[in-house]
Amino acid sequence: MDIDKGISEEPRRAAGVSPIDFRLDPASGVPTYLQLVHQVEHALRLGYLQPGDQLPKVRDVVAALAINPNTVLKAYKDLEGKGLAAGRPGQGTFIQATLSQVALPELGGLRRSLFGWLADADTAGLDEDGVVALFTSVLRDFYKRRGGQADRGVASGETEGVA
Amino acid sequence: MNVIEASGLGRRYGSTWALRDCTVAIPAGHVAALVGPNGAGKTTLLNLAAGLAAPSAGDVTVLGGRPAGSPMALDGIAFVAQDTPMYKNLSARDMLHLTRNLNRRFDQQYAESRLGELGIPLKRKAGKLSGGQQAQLALTLALARRPRLLVLDEPMAMLDPVARHDFMASVMMAMAADGVSVVLSSHVLAELERVADYLILMSRGRVQLAGEVDDLLASHHLLTGPAAEADRYAERLNVVHARRGEAQAHLLVRTTADDPVPPGWEAHPVGLEELALAYLREPAAAAALPGPDRAWRRALPSETGRQTEVSK
Repeated sequence: MDIDKGISEEPRRAAGVSPIDFRLDPASGVPTYLQLVHQVEHALRLGYLQPGDQLPKVRDVVAALAINPNTVLKAYKDLEGKGLAAGRPGQGTFIQATLSQVALPELGGLRRSLFGWLADADTAGLDEDGVVALFTSVLRDFYKRRGGQADRGVASGETEGVA
Repeated sequence: MNVIEASGLGRRYGSTWALRDCTVAIPAGHVAALVGPNGAGKTTLLNLAAGLAAPSAGDVTVLGGRPAGSPMALDGIAFVAQDTPMYKNLSARDMLHLTRNLNRRFDQQYAESRLGELGIPLKRKAGKLSGGQQAQLALTLALARRPRLLVLDEPMAMLDPVARHDFMASVMMAMAADGVSVVLSSHVLAELERVADYLILMSRGRVQLAGEVDDLLASHHLLTGPAAEADRYAERLNVVHARRGEAQAHLLVRTTADDPVPPGWEAHPVGLEELALAYLREPAAAAALPGPDRAWRRALPSETGRQTEVSK
């Protein structure tokens, strides 16, 4: 098994501590490794993680969450496959890239138009759950039409084809 | 390498077979979960692998072909029995002393420092420790033998949720730090979902399904659709378990990636617990499926002629 063992023996620099901690939601039904992947992506989108930051060490994640080390390795391998992280032998896994973000001015515009849409939905009599259901459904349709990207938007992927 | 390999293994108590025709190969580097209802044969299989009982039929080896119970096998395997039995009147220190003298290899320093980290006083009698501490003491005694394979029989049945979490974290740490392979049994599926990456389902003394969890989950889906069509598809699909209402049916099916979803049906991924429950509710399901056979072959990269015969 290829695990970053021996790391705990070297003096731990303050800089070697990861800016994030993982948590698990046992009720979500999302596989554990995917939960870790999603949390890294989420932290990247929100700026908690930047290129060069270290991800939590496998041993630390295992100790904190009581999960199989293979699961953590699988998550990190997945992130490496996506080009978001890279392993440095004997040191750990580090963030390599950032997720493309829409520039802030555009984000403001999108936010405003979404506000307007929500006001329309409210006027039409949709409650919060109705809005979420409608939005999720349209979101899925939209990405399905664009082709195979649905799992990006609907992170839990609770309905997927067999193929 | 396989940490446990059984071929046609059986054990009879009186006229009752506790384990029968058990053919399974558990590869190294995994947390393998032995799951099944009470009386399924889990403890019997583990006892046979640990060398605590002799087979009535077939044979079992551990750690790449060492006959179970042989000195070679015993050196590499550590076994924590159900309810972590302990000499209640011996102190933790005495338990270390005893274990050191009963084994060829024992890492005293590791054991003491681990108990120190856990805040378990060496002077305290084992019987006076909390349930969680007793379990941790038993685990420490097992790990201090520096095994390659750690076998745990219902390790967490008596523990509260915090002690369970800490116990499992300790086991996972041993795996991460030293590459120990783990085989554990349980009938509580939920506590295995986070840790197990290899699953062996047992029912009525037989192995029903075995394989890597990811592969098993990827090859099973829950199809939901009109009940009127359920029978028609049930003929074509490998249905493990079916639930039907008047209008709607749920079929848990074994599929390959090429199998298309029938029109009008929806496919959902299944979780470990749902999958296990479906099989356990249909004890005959394994016989009709190619699954365990495939998993068994794949788990044996260097297949020898002797083992190609598959039970049934």
